[in-house]
Amino acid sequence: MSASSQSSIRTSLTRPFKGPFKKRSVLPGFGLTFGYTIFYLSLIVLIPLGALFLKAFTLSLPDIWATVTAPRVLASYRITFGAAFIAAVINLFVGLLIAWVLARYEFKGKSILDALVDLPFALPTAVAGIALTTVFSVNGWLGAPLAELGIKVAYTPIGIIVAMVFISLPFQVRTVQPVLEDLEKELEEASATLGANRWQTFRHVIFPVLAPSLFTGFALGFARALGEYGSIVFIAGNMPMKTEITPLLIITKLEQYQYAEATAIAAVTLTISFALLFLINYVQWRNRRRYSL
Amino acid sequence: MSPSVFSTPDSPSAAAARARAEEVANTPSGRLRQAVGEPTWVRRLLIGLALFFIALILLVPLAAVFHQAFAKGFSGYWEAISSPDTWSAVKLTLIACGIAVPFNVVFGVAAAWCIAKFDFKGKNFLITLIDLPFSISPVISGLVFVLLFGAQGWFGEFFIDHGIRILFAVPAIVLATIFVTFPFVARELIPVMQAQGTEEEEASITLGANGWQTFWRITLPNIKWGLLYGVVLCNARAMGEFGAVSVVSGHIRGETNTLPLHVEILYNEYDFTGAFAVASLLAFLAVITLIVKKVLERGVRSEIQEIRASKEGAV
Repeated sequence: MSASSQSSIRTSLTRPFKGPFKKRSVLPGFGLTFGYTIFYLSLIVLIPLGALFLKAFTLSLPDIWATVTAPRVLASYRITFGAAFIAAVINLFVGLLIAWVLARYEFKGKSILDALVDLPFALPTAVAGIALTTVFSVNGWLGAPLAELGIKVAYTPIGIIVAMVFISLPFQVRTVQPVLEDLEKELEEASATLGANRWQTFRHVIFPVLAPSLFTGFALGFARALGEYGSIVFIAGNMPMKTEITPLLIITKLEQYQYAEATAIAAVTLTISFALLFLINYVQWRNRRRYSL
Repeated sequence: MSPSVFSTPDSPSAAAARARAEEVANTPSGRLRQAVGEPTWVRRLLIGLALFFIALILLVPLAAVFHQAFAKGFSGYWEAISSPDTWSAVKLTLIACGIAVPFNVVFGVAAAWCIAKFDFKGKNFLITLIDLPFSISPVISGLVFVLLFGAQGWFGEFFIDHGIRILFAVPAIVLATIFVTFPFVARELIPVMQAQGTEEEEASITLGANGWQTFWRITLPNIKWGLLYGVVLCNARAMGEFGAVSVVSGHIRGETNTLPLHVEILYNEYDFTGAFAVASLLAFLAVITLIVKKVLERGVRSEIQEIRASKEGAV
């Protein structure tokens, strides 16, 4: 998945269309393609998701509440949200740096670097998981020197953060990079002509334009890290109350045939993901209204 | 522009570039350019830091996969790759992809046609719905199919009564793969088709071609790079999906293990060489994907730009 294409979908959306359901067109095939789109969407996505929420409500409300606020579940939220937040903050800086360098500077090997940024999208999460675990274990390439400094990464919450940084980095880079590329040089030139130094120009001219995309990248990366499973289970150690993430807890409940409990926790996670999605769309929509024509 | 950071200071091209840069810098507009760029040392520092982070976060794990895979030499590698369980995992992965990708291609083309070529109410909402699987945890994507086809699921009893295994068998693996790769083709095609507009298709219809002729001869050639791009991304995710497939597969060795699941099993059995050998196949595939993606990106950009240019030319 590429975050850049996502922003391009969103920016090319047409204004809400007023009038009857559909505007007249000489092109054929609307009925067929629209019908098939709705049918396939319902079959693959909407009905299964509906089943999830209905199943969650086979428990009574107090039972649901007790399930999703059990100490072990609350601990998993704390770990998952805390690690995802720290990872997203780290990526805010690293992602901006990489996006800046890729958008602004020319140097040898740049296109290879640019392609590499998408590695976490292309590399299966299980592969990333075992690779990160090996690299950061106490005998690993990076784990050994860190262990000498007294920092243990694999099988601790730091390991969870490392895996989350890995998988959510491209979201931040790919959201900020196109905005930096499209930024009009004239604005910066005007700012320089008016006597601002480079830092002032960045702080007062570039940053405000960049801020919505930084936020979007942050939120996309955060949301991805919340749901991530494959790259984390290997490195986390999976100790209940300490390094057990919410997606793993859902699987644990499933394996113990506690379907309703698993579903209730999943419904909570899903609701939070949807709220984030809504927030991201809202920020982009507001930003588009502010800067467009 | 300053010379590339990688060329040595005494190389002739670098010297020439520096001379050129100084020349430009002395013109008034050059001084302005300098004022909106960063000093060379800042620039080098930033590039250096970016290289450092990319190497640390991305390159090191990738290198580790290949290093570990060949830790016991080539024979150890080959032994792991050629085991029957690995081959059955390869086969299952190919089956899942071979079904999931074409299904999502047909859907993607249909969805892009109705969204990009027509104006109707609720379009933005429809796009949000198509994007949904991306914001759902892979574990939950698997869970929904357990709920539908499990023993107590909505359709579970029906299929069990008729002796058809869905869950913990190939059909559920295929379904979960379709679910997680659902938006890829559609979301790549929609922006390309929106940028291209409807003029060419309208001309074709006006000249008497029917819908299918128009699609095959006008639309498809215009979107071929975008479509291929979507297929490549869809395929990469389909082959690599772990969480969703893990929930529905039942982990039956040699039967319902895809490649990523096989990696997990080997790793948990402490067969690290085996796990990394199989992982190296997937990592190799990821590298190929990145290269093909980079090449296709140029094609997609030209698909969007050519049309825009021809439109501007017409106006």
